[in-house]
Amino acid sequence: MVAAAGALAGGVGVIASRTPVRSALSLLLVLGNLAVMYLLLSAQFIAALQVIVYAGAIVVLFLFVIMLLHMRTGEGRVEKLRWQRPVSYVLSGVFLSALLWAIWTGTGTQVATSPAGFGTVESVGRSLFTTFLLPFEIASVVLLVGIIAAVVVGRPVVPPSARAHLPPPE
Amino acid sequence: MIIPAQYYLTISAVLFTLGMVGVLVRRNALVIFMSIELMLNSVNLTFVTFARQLAAIEGQVAVFFVVVIAAVEVVVGLAIIIAIFRTRSTVDIDDVDLLRG
Repeated sequence: MVAAAGALAGGVGVIASRTPVRSALSLLLVLGNLAVMYLLLSAQFIAALQVIVYAGAIVVLFLFVIMLLHMRTGEGRVEKLRWQRPVSYVLSGVFLSALLWAIWTGTGTQVATSPAGFGTVESVGRSLFTTFLLPFEIASVVLLVGIIAAVVVGRPVVPPSARAHLPPPE
Repeated sequence: MIIPAQYYLTISAVLFTLGMVGVLVRRNALVIFMSIELMLNSVNLTFVTFARQLAAIEGQVAVFFVVVIAAVEVVVGLAIIIAIFRTRSTVDIDDVDLLRG
């Protein structure tokens, strides 16, 4: 219950705070509370993965980028699409009620008794390296593609050899 | 004591809706990215809940792949945001409307 309240408060904080840094820290709150919930749901490996990858890497990456772009990361005062905000509130409310209706009126299944060692690194890893071996390898290729893409996109437009002839940026 | 799965699913639904509102309402590209992360995490919670409910480890394997793809997506997306910021010196997505025609 405490984890649920923390996760929801963090979720509100992500979308409601004025500065992006506060949004990132609220995201950290959500991720930590979700890790606690994964532990409650007997998913130890996923909880550790959540803390290491999300809280350790992704949020730090967000904070680095916020730090890099610190000058004008706020939102302009002028809103170009004025109808967008009320319409999105209404449609999101409809969406949420549909989801809740589906959750609370659906026929629940009986909770299956989980076998011993369910959700440990051993059981997840056994499944990853037997049944899901091909997707696992494809995931590593996707990671490689992501690394190369980040380097290519983040490369400066002007090559360093030609930069010596340009005037220094103000 | 076991908490029924409906409560976890409710939290997941509310988090997903919060992320959706964030994507629709906010105009800062970084905050929109964080909202996308929020939606991915709510779906992960659903996966883990049903994995526990049905005692099927495949749900947790799916969460593993979602986390991997989310990491790649964040890296590429933030690189794109930095590239846009270099050329346009803004991260407000309403100002980046070159495709509008």
